[in-house]
Amino acid sequence: MIRKTTNQKGWLFVAPVVLLVAFNAVIPLMTVVNYSIQETFGDNVFFFEGVKWFEEVLHSERFHAALMRQLAFTGMILAIEVPLGVAIALAMPRKGPWVSVCLVLMALPLLIPWNVVGAMWNIFALPDIGLLGRTINALGIDYNFTRQPGSAWFTLILMDVWHWTSLVVLLAYAGLSSIPDAFYQAAKIDGAGAWAIFRYIQLPKMKRVLTIAILLRFMDSFMIYTEPFVLTGGGPGNSTTLLSIDLVKIALGQFDLGPAAAMSLIYFLIILLLSWVFYTLMTRNEAN
Amino acid sequence: MARIHLDQIRHSYLASPSAEDDWALKRLDLEWRDGGAYALLGPSGCGKTTLLNIISGLLQPTEGRVVFDGTDMTEVPPEARNIAQVFQFPVIYDTMTVYDNLAFPLRNRGMEERGVDARVREIADMLDLTETLGNRAAGLTADGKQKISLGRGLVRSDVNVIMFDEPLTVIDPHLKWVLRSKLKELHQRIARTMIYVTHDQTEALTFADRVVVMHEGQVVQSGTPVELFEKPQHTFVGHFIGSPGMNVLPCMIDSGKCYFAGAEIKTSNTVSAGSKDTAYEIGIRPEFVKLSRKGIAVEIVKVADAGRYRIVEAQRDGHTIRLLAKEDAEVPGRGTAHVSFDPGHTQIYANGWLA
Repeated sequence: MIRKTTNQKGWLFVAPVVLLVAFNAVIPLMTVVNYSIQETFGDNVFFFEGVKWFEEVLHSERFHAALMRQLAFTGMILAIEVPLGVAIALAMPRKGPWVSVCLVLMALPLLIPWNVVGAMWNIFALPDIGLLGRTINALGIDYNFTRQPGSAWFTLILMDVWHWTSLVVLLAYAGLSSIPDAFYQAAKIDGAGAWAIFRYIQLPKMKRVLTIAILLRFMDSFMIYTEPFVLTGGGPGNSTTLLSIDLVKIALGQFDLGPAAAMSLIYFLIILLLSWVFYTLMTRNEAN
Repeated sequence: MARIHLDQIRHSYLASPSAEDDWALKRLDLEWRDGGAYALLGPSGCGKTTLLNIISGLLQPTEGRVVFDGTDMTEVPPEARNIAQVFQFPVIYDTMTVYDNLAFPLRNRGMEERGVDARVREIADMLDLTETLGNRAAGLTADGKQKISLGRGLVRSDVNVIMFDEPLTVIDPHLKWVLRSKLKELHQRIARTMIYVTHDQTEALTFADRVVVMHEGQVVQSGTPVELFEKPQHTFVGHFIGSPGMNVLPCMIDSGKCYFAGAEIKTSNTVSAGSKDTAYEIGIRPEFVKLSRKGIAVEIVKVADAGRYRIVEAQRDGHTIRLLAKEDAEVPGRGTAHVSFDPGHTQIYANGWLA
């Protein structure tokens, strides 16, 4: 039997954190909730509107289109970055002087500020002066990311893969390094081939870190703003207008605070829901 | 099933070994009889695991050949050698059931499912794992997991040798005994060669018919537990085996006779003429030292009660002599006493080796 003791003094220790979280998360969130159910024309004059903005956002084709683009973007980068990251981690050396060289090279993209990444790729991909843009055009492919939606998407995905695959690599590599040599030796003696070693030793040992990697990449890519904003600004047309870019257009471009607030909350709930689904799916085996 | 011969093996982890100390394993030539129960005993870092990995093929010896039944296996990879190895920390495939773990080596070798099933059930029965066959292997206790890794070795019917690399390290003390008896029982039942690596003399002496003692990369003695106890070939063996270990005392050789502290000591072996460059010592186990009326005068410094007997620690000219006294024997607490050595169990060692 475990006897629970109540100690009210414990609250004193938690209070500073509660206060901090209240100021940086709860209060701003409540402000958004406040905006989402009212209409304002400035001058701090508000009219109560109920769930009108929520209905409007949920039925708006513009929102649907942005959500679809967002899902497509996140789906694609996950489908590329996770397998690619695992493959690179498997190919990296486990011992010797090259380990640190590889790790530093891998970490470099993660250290570059997001808007710089966007600017770099913008220039890199320009069809007239950029190295990438000129090379692709020199190969005989008509490529212009400022005019063709396909080219814009290609550049956007390539940029994100370049920027974030390293995170998956580093996490997967950490998982691989934690496997003792005896496992590989036993597998060798058991006559396991390379695929069996991957399937039954490496993948299970990487599962935890990959769960974290997938969750982080999902959340970050779903909220991505700076890089596509700098690279394409959501264009050409609306073709790369992801949810966050659309949100900023509504809130700051059109100054529709009510709909923007409602959209923010829906956006937030979608991320929360999908994260929960991902997490539950990936950890359900451990429970039984 | 095979007779294993390690032919003039030598191994170094360095690229170009030059000094004697560069060799993790100094030159050795060992033969393992088919169906024997062997223990490889020695302190940490003496080369036991290196030797084991050379037999299993996880390591290529720098020099020498590994021969199974007359066939040179030196270049053959581990999976083709038909060996099994149980590691210090249990190796199991977490995501598989106990059944699939045991079936894994057979399936990897392309055995048909009916044969796999028969073998897995037979081995599970032998190891008392039948009830847990359907469970996830990850949920088992350490001894259960260690049984699985043993089972993965046993499940192949053509295994030449099963090797254990300190397999009881992570097992609870009260289960160590159970698992050790199980191993012994299995050895009698399946009659496969087993090599058991340990630094624990109790484990080695209870498991093996033959114990190979290693020290600083060399095999210092290979023999039955009784031989190791009664006739240690090297002072290290005398010291390492037995609790407390053998007394090793410097002595002088003069015209075929042996002297310690001015008194002549009768020994089981003799050295005819002592050489100046050689360090001579006598070795005698505490079990064969007696308190007596006459004999070598010693100063008793400590008496420790070890249950059924007492360990008496005495000193003479700065050298420690330990002896065992029965519980009911009269032992003077402190002060001067006399001890005598049993001549049949007193040996002379020259530079550490039995003369």
